[in-house]
Amino acid sequence: MTATVTNRSPATIDEADIPVWSHRPKVQPKKVKGPIRNLKWLVMAVLLGVYWGVPWLRFDRGPFAPDQAILIDLPGRKAYFLWFEIWPQEVYILAGLLIVAAIGLFFATAMLGRVWCGYACPQTVWTDLYMLVERWIEGDRAQRMKLDRAPFSLKKLGKRLAKHASWILIGAMTGGAWILYFNDAPTVVPALFTGSAGMAVYGTVAFLTASTYIMAGVARENVCTYMCPYARFQSAMFDKDTLVVSYHPARGEVRGKHKAGESWEGRGHCIDCRQCVEVCPTGIDIRDGLQMTCISCGLCVDACNNIMDRLGLPHGLVSYDTESNIERVAAGQPRVWRFLRLRTIGYGVVFMAALAGVLYALVARAPLEASVLADRNPLFVRLSNGDYRNGYTLKLLNKSNQPQQVAITLDGLAGGELSILSHENEVSPLIDLAPDTVAAVRVFVRLPAGDWAGQPLDYAFTIHDPARDLTVTAPARFEGPQK
Amino acid sequence: MSEHRKYEIDPVTGSPVHPHTWDGIGELETPPPRWWVLTYVVCVLFAFGWWVLYPAWPFVSGYTKGILGFSTRADVAEQIAVAKAAQAPLNDRLAKADYTVIAADPELSAFALAGGKALFGENCAQCHGSGAAGNIGYPNLLDDDWLWGGDFATLQATIEHGVRATTDGDTRQSMMPAFGKDGMLTRAQVDDVTAYVLSLSGQPADAAAAERGTQLFADNCAACHGDKGIGMRETGAPRLTDAIWLYQGDAKAVAAQVWNPRHGVMPAWAGRLDPLAIKKLVYYVHSLGGGE
Repeated sequence: MTATVTNRSPATIDEADIPVWSHRPKVQPKKVKGPIRNLKWLVMAVLLGVYWGVPWLRFDRGPFAPDQAILIDLPGRKAYFLWFEIWPQEVYILAGLLIVAAIGLFFATAMLGRVWCGYACPQTVWTDLYMLVERWIEGDRAQRMKLDRAPFSLKKLGKRLAKHASWILIGAMTGGAWILYFNDAPTVVPALFTGSAGMAVYGTVAFLTASTYIMAGVARENVCTYMCPYARFQSAMFDKDTLVVSYHPARGEVRGKHKAGESWEGRGHCIDCRQCVEVCPTGIDIRDGLQMTCISCGLCVDACNNIMDRLGLPHGLVSYDTESNIERVAAGQPRVWRFLRLRTIGYGVVFMAALAGVLYALVARAPLEASVLADRNPLFVRLSNGDYRNGYTLKLLNKSNQPQQVAITLDGLAGGELSILSHENEVSPLIDLAPDTVAAVRVFVRLPAGDWAGQPLDYAFTIHDPARDLTVTAPARFEGPQK
Repeated sequence: MSEHRKYEIDPVTGSPVHPHTWDGIGELETPPPRWWVLTYVVCVLFAFGWWVLYPAWPFVSGYTKGILGFSTRADVAEQIAVAKAAQAPLNDRLAKADYTVIAADPELSAFALAGGKALFGENCAQCHGSGAAGNIGYPNLLDDDWLWGGDFATLQATIEHGVRATTDGDTRQSMMPAFGKDGMLTRAQVDDVTAYVLSLSGQPADAAAAERGTQLFADNCAACHGDKGIGMRETGAPRLTDAIWLYQGDAKAVAAQVWNPRHGVMPAWAGRLDPLAIKKLVYYVHSLGGGE
């Protein structure tokens, strides 16, 4: 338990001295200023704004559907996205969107490396937010490390309490906003505070508060390093022309301390100031080369450029660059940017195809659908006068958010007579379909004995909506005693 | 135990290497992360907590109950009670509604049909079949032929009081004499009546025998089955002119029924089922295709 296992440990260790758990140093990233940091602040503000703002957007869908622009109505089994409405049987559209997102990620990775990880991943965005709050309360890297080492005091306790309370508050706001995507936002927020929102809502908020606090506050870079599968398979999308955060060893080495006024002859531009390491949110040294742990956030680029400014040297000792460019620059050749490659074109084509497929599925979505469930027990009934009758349940899907009326007729069953349960005495009745519901309509089809030839008859139900001039046909089969 | 083995340190990872090697391949003894160890410990503690709070350890007969007294059976009972409470408003409306009111109200109609279907499966399907298509001796409830009538009121009376039910004074009674067995008709006369009956529904029959059977039918059968066998619902006497036969419609089966008739029994359901359940059943059976 006592010994720490490091490279400086003795060549052997006593069995009893192997620690129960590993002692990993805490990463305390230093504040950095620069254009990449500014871009990250901007992306963070936009993404958090989207996350917290979108549920409040209204979208008028008439009196029979919710007016929230984006709403996943779990009890109602519907999802609303602006003009689009997705039913459970259309979940393949959501699956398609996930495929589009995945391929988009592959495309972005092949082109620009792990930009998703560094800028847009919720883990990065929320960790950044938590670190910002931490810095406000406990100070920058040096002060935090000092506070960590300091003995217990009321001041330390106060700072710790303030930090964790703020983190939990942000977590609660994160969980609190998540449920807005599944509930009517203006209704559920007051309900949340008056205690009348229901167990599912409180449970979700509590779970997401805890998970946000743990992921963004406690686990941080360990999520990226140990939990995230994407970090592990990113290398499959990389090639030598992928943009990655790179240290240029040809320019930087041999590294070493540098005194003002000293010549740069015979040595590298890296003064081993470790600024790139200190600002790194995952605690790695970019000078060791491309690593799985690197989330490609580019903060080390800002840190190194700030030092280069102070030294009067050009930017770009650490920069977004490609592996082949590092080799070219080392060999004294100009940089070549090859963004159009078989890999990026391939991902691009597949991405566009998947996107087109999803858009087509959304646009071509039928507002009225019908399916036929034929009675199987029994297949047919013999009536007093010898006629045969089949029973069916028609499932009529009204996927519009307005009430509709349809007429049902038989198509291609000579002699067949249709009667609709509860509408037996009406002539060509119109069946009411409530908005956004599946109506189950019981119908009976009667065929005179003389029209039955001993073989099943294939025909169709025609569902016609006269108001919208929509027609849907649903295939059916008439059964009787086979000869 | 006092002998501690020495582990070599792997220079690349800094982790101890287990002294035992497998075909020259060593294994790193990298300590697990702290969160992992702590999670493991918490899980163990959670298990102990679970044993105390919830049913856990089996005995030869019985098990540890846990101090929370949780049981899945009680849980199910509670869920059923919740479901029943949720159905209460619809049940109340249904109890007050007339059959025509139910038919005009899609929500009530769907509720009555769902309830009726479940009740039918529990109580009626054993004889009438799960699809209500009946069987030989058990009427088909889907067709448009009824022994006693297929409107709501008649269906309700039949279900409430049954057919030839010994427990109910108001049960539907009908008894066809055993014409052959009790010596009222000879074998030849039974065959003649059978030929006539077959001719009523347009089935092939010996014309001469049918001719001889006409008078026999008028004398012996028409009192209940009506003139020309059109049936009589007051007595539950089947119509003999259609394509529906309770005990099959071929010559052998008809002759057997005239010689020594079989009589089915249906229990009286009033008392076994509450009025609301019977109402749902009536509505369901009426919807099956033969409702009048």
